[in-house]
Amino acid sequence: MISANLSAIFYLISGVLFILALRGLSSPETSRQGNFFGILGMVIAISVTFLSIGNFSSGFVYVLIFLLIGGIIGAFIAYKIPMTAMPELVAGFHSLVGLAAVFVAISAFLNPKAFNLGSPGNIKLGSLIEMSIGAAVGAITFSGSIIAFLKLQGIMSGSPITFKGQHPLNALILISIVVVTYLLCSTQSANLFWILLAISFLIGFLLIIPIGGADMPVVISMLNSYSGWAAAGIGFTLENTALIITGALVGSSGAILSYIMCKGMNRSFFNVILGGFGATDQNSSTRSKEQKPVKNGNAEDAAFLMKNASSVIIVPGYGMAVAQAQHALREMVDTLKKNDIKVSYAIHPVAGRMPGHMNVLLAEANVPYDEVFELEEINNDFANADVAFVIGANDVTNPAAKTDPQSPIYGMPVLDVEKCKSVLFIKRSLSPGYAGIDNDLFYKENTLMLFADAKKMTEDITKNL
Amino acid sequence: MEIIDPFIFRLSIFILSIFIGYYVVWSVTPSLHTPLMSVTNAISSVIIVGAIIAGLAGNSDNTFNTSSIFGFIAISLAAINIFGGFLVTQRMLAMYKKKKKDK
Repeated sequence: MISANLSAIFYLISGVLFILALRGLSSPETSRQGNFFGILGMVIAISVTFLSIGNFSSGFVYVLIFLLIGGIIGAFIAYKIPMTAMPELVAGFHSLVGLAAVFVAISAFLNPKAFNLGSPGNIKLGSLIEMSIGAAVGAITFSGSIIAFLKLQGIMSGSPITFKGQHPLNALILISIVVVTYLLCSTQSANLFWILLAISFLIGFLLIIPIGGADMPVVISMLNSYSGWAAAGIGFTLENTALIITGALVGSSGAILSYIMCKGMNRSFFNVILGGFGATDQNSSTRSKEQKPVKNGNAEDAAFLMKNASSVIIVPGYGMAVAQAQHALREMVDTLKKNDIKVSYAIHPVAGRMPGHMNVLLAEANVPYDEVFELEEINNDFANADVAFVIGANDVTNPAAKTDPQSPIYGMPVLDVEKCKSVLFIKRSLSPGYAGIDNDLFYKENTLMLFADAKKMTEDITKNL
Repeated sequence: MEIIDPFIFRLSIFILSIFIGYYVVWSVTPSLHTPLMSVTNAISSVIIVGAIIAGLAGNSDNTFNTSSIFGFIAISLAAINIFGGFLVTQRMLAMYKKKKKDK
């Protein structure tokens, strides 16, 4: 058994290692080392916990068994999961952090002696407040992430679910969470603790159902942040530095990502959270599209255009992930490069269903990361490029965001695809994107629409090159 | 002299860590935002520390009580995250490659 002071120092060390783990992600070269620091920090934290308890009784064996069960499941998932399913995986993982926080809080509430927090019915006030916050935020993270997971997985419809009185109801529940927490802390009643958990689960569920599928990048980042705050709340309860540092890191990380995602859509955080965006007005979009002519092409036309180009910019979007077209795309690009055509990739901040999703998919297809550019880096290059190849993206290329103040996406930063000499658009149909707005780009003189599955079309183009 | 409540020290660590997180995360390159999420997932599962304490809280003649059962389940949940999170991050990071020079 090691002293409390010594173990506190070790917890501090693992906290520092976690900071270094995030620091490593500033460039791909240092990132693998960063991940190693993270693992080391975790090993230290777990070993120190064992040593500080120093009780290697039968309970210890069970701890190892449960640890192993979880570890095997986790490792299995990590190796099996396809890269296109990363958003679902991360949402699922968030729900587990949330639930673990809830369970630790329940356990501490039922047996406060084990954590040096007082006795049942007489828990130290500060600890009880921290515990309630950790449990409530954990519960919200859990149920919110479950909904996000179901929406991403397609089990639940991605369209927003709204009903009358939704916002007043949510506000009422949030207020009652505060009231119940207050009553819980003054009465120490176990029933109130269970009520607090129940309404927190409920609000997590209600907060996410009105948010549409394509706003998921914000939702995932936000839940990432919540899982951090939940961990920090528990960290205060357990008086554990590693947990407090990590909670703060993860909390601010998720908050920054939410901010970046909101900015990528030019929407305020509250606008996203209040939901309902993307409830498509089908009638208006159907009407307008029948009136305008569209140039419809096939793989041969596309191959011809690209063969005669000297530079091509590829704009991937969520549709590429759905069609699993990243490998086919890479093969097409290889063929283009053999013909001495310069190829680069342009990634919009909100392309895909989570931050950085497209980058991972391209990396999986062996696209070197120095050929992949962010919006600000590449946007001026469109004017000099011959062909823009838009695969599975839509709203992020819509010039209406720059020209039409009436458009719901007006002001959103978009890729200047229309400045290219010609634009190739792979899409399954003319249907509008998630924002439910028509894309003028489809009807432009220099746009060629390729109506097909992204993967199949890309393969066909490669054959024709 | 009055003694400062240890809570204040923990609060200080917390606030300063938020600032560290703020600056560190802004320096993360956007192309690594997905690995950032999976690794933050893994490290926030350091909550397993609390789960272990909870799991070992059963008394000597009875390993399982309501409190420790919640602890044991939480250990498994957090372990899924720890192993899953770090391994999937490693898998992703291994894919990020630079352009080959010899081309």
